[in-house]
Amino acid sequence: MSQIIDKRHNNRHKSAVNRRRFLDRFKKQIRKSVADAVVNRSITDFEHGEKITIPAKDTTEPIFKHGVGKTNTIVLPGNKDFSRGDKIPRPQENNGDATTTQASDANETSEDNFDFEISREEFLDIFFDDLELPNLLKKQLGLSKIVRSVRAGFTSDGVPTNLNIVRTMRNALARRIAMRAPKKRELKQAEQELEALRHSHAKNPSLIKQQQEKITKISGNIKRIPFVDPFDLKYNRRVSQPIAASKAVVFCIMDVSGSMDEAKKDLAKRFFILLYIFLTKTYETIEIVFIRHHTAAKEVSEQDFFYSRETGGTVVSSALDLMADIIHDRYPTNEWNIYGAQASDGDNWNNDSPHCKEILMSKIMPYVQYFAYVEIMPRHHQSLWEEYNQVKAVFPNFAMQHITHMKEIYPIFRELFKRQQVS
Amino acid sequence: MTTKKKHKAASSGSEWTFEKIEYYDRVIKELASEFKLETYPNQIEIISAEQMMDAYAAVGMPLGYSHWSYGKHFLNVEKNYKRGLMGLAYELVINSDPCISYLMEENTLVLQVTILAHACYGHNSFFKNNYLYKEWTNPDSIIDYLLFAKNYISECEEQYGIEKVEEVLDACHALRNYGVDRYRRPQKLSVAEEKSRQVNREEYLQSQINELWRTLPSKESKTNSAITERFPSEPEENILYFLEKNAPLLEAWEREIIRIVRKISQYFYPQRQTKVMNEGWATFWHYTIVNTMYERGLVDDSFMVEFLHNHTDVVFQLPFNSQGYNGLNPYTLGFAIFQDIRRICENPTPEDAAWFPNLVNTDWITAVDFAMRNYKDESFIAQYLSPKIIRDLKLFVIVMHTDLPDLEVAEIHDEKGYKRIRELLSQQYDISMMEPNIQVYNVDKRGDRSLTLRHVQRNNRPLDQTDLDQVMKHLHKLWGFAVKLESVDDQGTLTLTQQI
Repeated sequence: MSQIIDKRHNNRHKSAVNRRRFLDRFKKQIRKSVADAVVNRSITDFEHGEKITIPAKDTTEPIFKHGVGKTNTIVLPGNKDFSRGDKIPRPQENNGDATTTQASDANETSEDNFDFEISREEFLDIFFDDLELPNLLKKQLGLSKIVRSVRAGFTSDGVPTNLNIVRTMRNALARRIAMRAPKKRELKQAEQELEALRHSHAKNPSLIKQQQEKITKISGNIKRIPFVDPFDLKYNRRVSQPIAASKAVVFCIMDVSGSMDEAKKDLAKRFFILLYIFLTKTYETIEIVFIRHHTAAKEVSEQDFFYSRETGGTVVSSALDLMADIIHDRYPTNEWNIYGAQASDGDNWNNDSPHCKEILMSKIMPYVQYFAYVEIMPRHHQSLWEEYNQVKAVFPNFAMQHITHMKEIYPIFRELFKRQQVS
Repeated sequence: MTTKKKHKAASSGSEWTFEKIEYYDRVIKELASEFKLETYPNQIEIISAEQMMDAYAAVGMPLGYSHWSYGKHFLNVEKNYKRGLMGLAYELVINSDPCISYLMEENTLVLQVTILAHACYGHNSFFKNNYLYKEWTNPDSIIDYLLFAKNYISECEEQYGIEKVEEVLDACHALRNYGVDRYRRPQKLSVAEEKSRQVNREEYLQSQINELWRTLPSKESKTNSAITERFPSEPEENILYFLEKNAPLLEAWEREIIRIVRKISQYFYPQRQTKVMNEGWATFWHYTIVNTMYERGLVDDSFMVEFLHNHTDVVFQLPFNSQGYNGLNPYTLGFAIFQDIRRICENPTPEDAAWFPNLVNTDWITAVDFAMRNYKDESFIAQYLSPKIIRDLKLFVIVMHTDLPDLEVAEIHDEKGYKRIRELLSQQYDISMMEPNIQVYNVDKRGDRSLTLRHVQRNNRPLDQTDLDQVMKHLHKLWGFAVKLESVDDQGTLTLTQQI
């Protein structure tokens, strides 16, 4: 009799280990593939995994194989119209003609690439691998100013508001019972003695009185046992635990003046998206504030930020002013991790640049976790870059980078947010 | 009459249930014994598609140790399956006692019944009775051994680190086709013994190796004859075995891993040599059994329509010039030959009488049984490929000469061509033709300890150079000293092919 076993509910992911091993082994190649993928992906498109292609030669499992000898003979099926001695022109290589295929087997290694799918999580993991926002760790380690009061058992001293009635009464009851018991025994005995005296033949009033006094004394003692003693008091214990702020706000500031063309905006977009995705991995709640500016700055929706068109001159300070105001009004720094990311082509009114520096130094940098400035500019730098350089000298959490091509975003992004030592 | 009704009811509807599978298993078991199929007891496991992918990726081992290459197989299977490029195999069967078969839950009832016949009675009886399997595998202990191997390797990983173990496994995998005793029977596998011996072996082996590589001159070595003596004295075909026993620098656990890889390789060795026969045999039996069931009214017309549809898919042979041609379909070839043996026994033509006088008008069950037991692909084709099959499949021979611009059609399916086609096709399945013949030839014991392998060419066919240096590096990793590879061509000319 055959044995039939239903194994459908047994563990399903037997291959998970091996799959992991494979991904680990080819991390370098996969990373490169991921980096390429980011460049080609459309912006809103981070909800699915990715097809990864790595060179097949890296993944081959080499074995001894026959090469092509001078003369090869092969038996094939499906002859239609050949006769013995016919000459057939040699088929071109790689045109899929069967005569070039070895009789053994044509497995995946015969192609140039080995490709497979990874999930969205894996994609992002690889993508963000060993990136870490600066100072993040510090904040998580409890340097943030928010504390939360949490219960931590009971204590015998505290403020009356924290009195735990149940615990206190339980203690009091126990104490009362314990303290009363010997006295009650004494009382009972005294009463028995009194009774004995009353019934005795020689009624001695003085003795009876004495005994009665004794009984009154004992009952008084019993009554005097306090209902609640300070000793019984129990208070709820609360300790304040520092918690890492798990909220972050990202300020995306972009120059939309006439000099920022579509290509530059696109680069900026990708930079912001990377930042956003990265932060979604780290924080529970993230708010984004989009500020676009030309001569005047405006807080706008995401749609407007990326897609609406406006032109004009450039006054960067207007945007920084707006950012400082918004931080002040809406994002108290003890609750929010604040990140700033600014993209610009570096064009600015020369007179405005020193002003920008001042705003940054005094109103923004002290409050933000990190501020990143990317300049999308194929040419030489202008005044804004110089001024920002001075900010960078003072604040280690200020970073600036220069991007000219889409391919550079990813490396630069990594550069900006490279894992920092917690100092 | 009542039983007949019950049978009819059982085959209706395309959904399978455990009751129906049990019922058909009983029916097929009876038929199988009528046809004198000897089998191991069956263990039928119903699994999901995901689990089938896992099973697939583990290249037919129900319990595999962890290695990235299995992850690669898995990714490949997963990709092809998800893109719809490939249907999963309907079944997977393991040469073990009891014989484990996997049935996918997605299969229809018809498929499940087909698979029962194909795997649980077809493959199963092949595993039990073919001489190669009988001689070279130990189905009763393989599962335990695989478990032992898996545990041992994961212990090594804990102790020595995943990377180190992976390096050794990579190297062993590169040579695993050369971890096989081709001509002598391997020792019986027994886990208990393996375990108990393992410790002793570690010590013993090390002492042997120390002896072998002793630098102090022993007394006898004063005689000069030792210098001309080769080591090993006879060329060793089992390269992994040689390394396990003789590589100077390996640690005990590394030797044990080599042993594991070659034991598993040995286990699969018969399967590599009997693809056509094994699949042909299983296909022949599912075809025969289901048809018999139909004749006896155990399944209805709609069942048969679906069955024939599946069966036709399985034995479909693409012609050589169509896209996606991937060699001869082993199911087609094997099925055709077994079918043909039966035909020759039952309805011989004058041609058959000339070609197969021993088969004509004999009992077909005995005839196919004999063929199944005593052949491997190469000899099976050489013995049984009939002119009729050559005509049916329209086999022809092409000769490609690198110096000539055109290919030549050397033989076609006619009177003059049959013998030659049969001979060439048989060679195509000869494992020594498929894999280069490479053996350990010599070790320079007194000099630089270099290891020399010798490749003996057939038809002056050189080695493929693409991955050769990779393989040699792996070999070097295991041997620890210089490795050389020499090639001898048909004329006896010796050339040094690779040196690392």
